[in-house]
Amino acid sequence: MKPFLEPGLGSSFTGLLARCEPGMFPRFALEGAEGGAHPLGITEAPHGTTILALQYREGVVIAGDRQATEGFQVAHRRIEKVYKADDHSAIAIAGAAGPCLEMAKLYQTELAHYEKLEGVGLSLEGKANKLAQMIRMNLPAALQGLVVIPIFVGYDLRAGCGKIFKYDVTGGRYEETDFYATGSGGKDARAALKRLFRPELDEAEVLRAALEALVDAAEEDVGTAGPDFVRGIFPTVKLVRRDGITDVPDARVREVCQQVVEARRRAA
Amino acid sequence: MPIPYYVSPEVLMQDKAEYARKGIAKGRSIIALEYADGVVLVAENPSASLNKLSEIYDQIAFAGAGQYNEFENLRKAGIRYADLKGYAYGREDVTAKSLANAYSQTIATIFSQEMKPLEVEILVAEVGDAGLPSEMYRIQFDGSIIDERGCAAIGGQAEELKQFLRDKYEAGLSLEGALELARRALEAGASQKTKAQHLEVAVLERSRPGRKFRRITSAELNGLLGPGEGDR
Repeated sequence: MKPFLEPGLGSSFTGLLARCEPGMFPRFALEGAEGGAHPLGITEAPHGTTILALQYREGVVIAGDRQATEGFQVAHRRIEKVYKADDHSAIAIAGAAGPCLEMAKLYQTELAHYEKLEGVGLSLEGKANKLAQMIRMNLPAALQGLVVIPIFVGYDLRAGCGKIFKYDVTGGRYEETDFYATGSGGKDARAALKRLFRPELDEAEVLRAALEALVDAAEEDVGTAGPDFVRGIFPTVKLVRRDGITDVPDARVREVCQQVVEARRRAA
Repeated sequence: MPIPYYVSPEVLMQDKAEYARKGIAKGRSIIALEYADGVVLVAENPSASLNKLSEIYDQIAFAGAGQYNEFENLRKAGIRYADLKGYAYGREDVTAKSLANAYSQTIATIFSQEMKPLEVEILVAEVGDAGLPSEMYRIQFDGSIIDERGCAAIGGQAEELKQFLRDKYEAGLSLEGALELARRALEAGASQKTKAQHLEVAVLERSRPGRKFRRITSAELNGLLGPGEGDR
């Protein structure tokens, strides 16, 4: 425990990890490898696909499909891409699955670590900036093909509203006012949301819009999975509100998915 | 080269221990009690922002008595230790026992090797899962570690408080009952009335999912304690 008593360690968990346990620090880039391609190759590592977030009356909804794709193969059917970051914020990650999962875990630890050391949590702005720094740290790996692209959402208790932040590979951080979707099916999900979004959606409407967008993405993008009624695998949906984060139960997601599919069957 | 004066190790250690004890005796005491739904920590603390109680990890809490800057540093080290361990292995692999051992080793090394010993006494508490007892470890200024059951006290009047609690404590107390007992013990120890706004209270609640540590605000505390002698 002696090294943890040193002055100047600060309140950041990533900083602590880099200084006290550099071997455990997640570094995915291979040094010495030629830029451009990771020796593993972009298609060899499993990739997570479509994630989205949109505003509604009480806050923000964040959702993602459950499939990880490895080239033209399904790598995993039940991967989790949407995580609760702390009591009032959540993160969804698209990109190389391994680095994505690691980054989600590191980010959760980072926020709790700061809150425990300082006695108060970071502001929403502070959390969004910290995530940008972490994405920037991954830039060497991103250049070799192991890209990590998150969407970060939170309820800003001071401003009294939900907020959506999107990122680029260099750690660029941009706030979105209405909705955003990214990942391989992101473009299709965005097109659906553009059609369905309007301000002041209620909870039932916003759930429907989010799942319509994911079903659209699954129809157009080979990497994204639609609701799987055979195996009972449905997208993850979380509601971020003033009173905290709620997971929308599988049964309810299933019900709404059923309505979406049913409506399309009738229209066909 | 001048030959340094010889001081026997016994005298050296005795001097250091006396110094540390004096420093700790100046500070106020802290009580930890196991109650029906978890563990409650009660500290006499006139400051509302300089905390003596803190969260370490999901089911582990920390309490420090004595020099604020010294136990604050130990508290931060404990959080770093726990978060690193939980990140490297799994959340359930972080235990009060291993944390208390790490504290004990560190404090013992400082006591024997540094000029100035730490003037602190700390407590590490872990709430057990349903059906399992909670754990409490009291670690003294020289690194000695005491495994407590049911109730524990640290600080200047630790022994008197422990004596008081040993007679009055019973298992399965309600939160209100545990708080009332803690207040009576602190009042008996300080032989003066304790005001509710001078109490810092936190609980490890077994039923909470994930992070079980929760501070009890003074408004909530007033409701739980009812009007006491000190407030009249």
